[in-house]
Amino acid sequence: MHPFEARFNRRDAKSAEKILFAACKIFMLLYDQLQVYLIAAAFLLAVGIYGLIRRRTLIGMLISGELIFAGASLNLMAFNRFTVRDQGVGQIFVLFIMGLAAAEVAIALSIIVAVYRNYRSVKTKELSELNG
Amino acid sequence: MNSFPATNLIVTAIFVLCLATMAAGALFAVLTNRLIRSVCGLAICAIGLAGLYYFLHSPFLALMEILIYVGAVCVTIIFAVMLAEPDEPPNDEKPGTIVVWGGIALAAAGGLFWGLTRLGARADWPAPEPLSQSGSLKAIGISLLTTYSLAFELISLVLLVAIIGALAIARLGRGRA
Repeated sequence: MHPFEARFNRRDAKSAEKILFAACKIFMLLYDQLQVYLIAAAFLLAVGIYGLIRRRTLIGMLISGELIFAGASLNLMAFNRFTVRDQGVGQIFVLFIMGLAAAEVAIALSIIVAVYRNYRSVKTKELSELNG
Repeated sequence: MNSFPATNLIVTAIFVLCLATMAAGALFAVLTNRLIRSVCGLAICAIGLAGLYYFLHSPFLALMEILIYVGAVCVTIIFAVMLAEPDEPPNDEKPGTIVVWGGIALAAAGGLFWGLTRLGARADWPAPEPLSQSGSLKAIGISLLTTYSLAFELISLVLLVAIIGALAIARLGRGRA
């Protein structure tokens, strides 16, 4: 048993002490719980979506998309560590996600540079014409 | 972890520090006006994420995250910021429009976050698997060259196509500029 648990389960501990010890127990094993990583990945997704809606330059939107990639990778890695028997699969999958994110950033940035060369700006408000 | 007195507390403190770094970097990336600071926010978020990957028993992915995200992706975005505009344009929307769109963005993001958190925290997840050697670096290397060799070759093809495509798009305007 964990050394803290022997102390927590004493019969003569008062109820406030028991609550405090339970909170300490959850806090101590924070990095061994699946929910923490899921909440962190959901936070990254939420921040990325907020950035995608509110940013007014193309590069800002690209950075927000990268944050969403990072959130998805963290989610996959959390499930890989906690619920899967063969723990190499998730790592290889996330490695490929990172490679694809890098390739996508390369292409997106070359498109952005070409757009800037033609329109002289990357503000999304001014990129509103379709004829060349 | 019984040798040093407060080992568990120190490890948990480092974990909370990694979480805070990741969250602060992400918020910094979307809330600032200057694009260079936004890229730095992404780099800080990637460093915090690398710490989290280390806690998820994957030091290989932690190093790959720093190498790929901070070393390649962020540097490429800095190159593009150097070639294009460095700042967000000044906000010339009416205050009503700002409130409406900011509210919609906050509602969408907050709703997604709350929904996913509720789903993740209350679901009945199975007990964590015992640690084995299946996630070690040697096992990853072997499986990349045997089980997943097709995917490995295909991603090298994808990277080649991406490089050639980026070169073609960027060179096409050079004659006309």
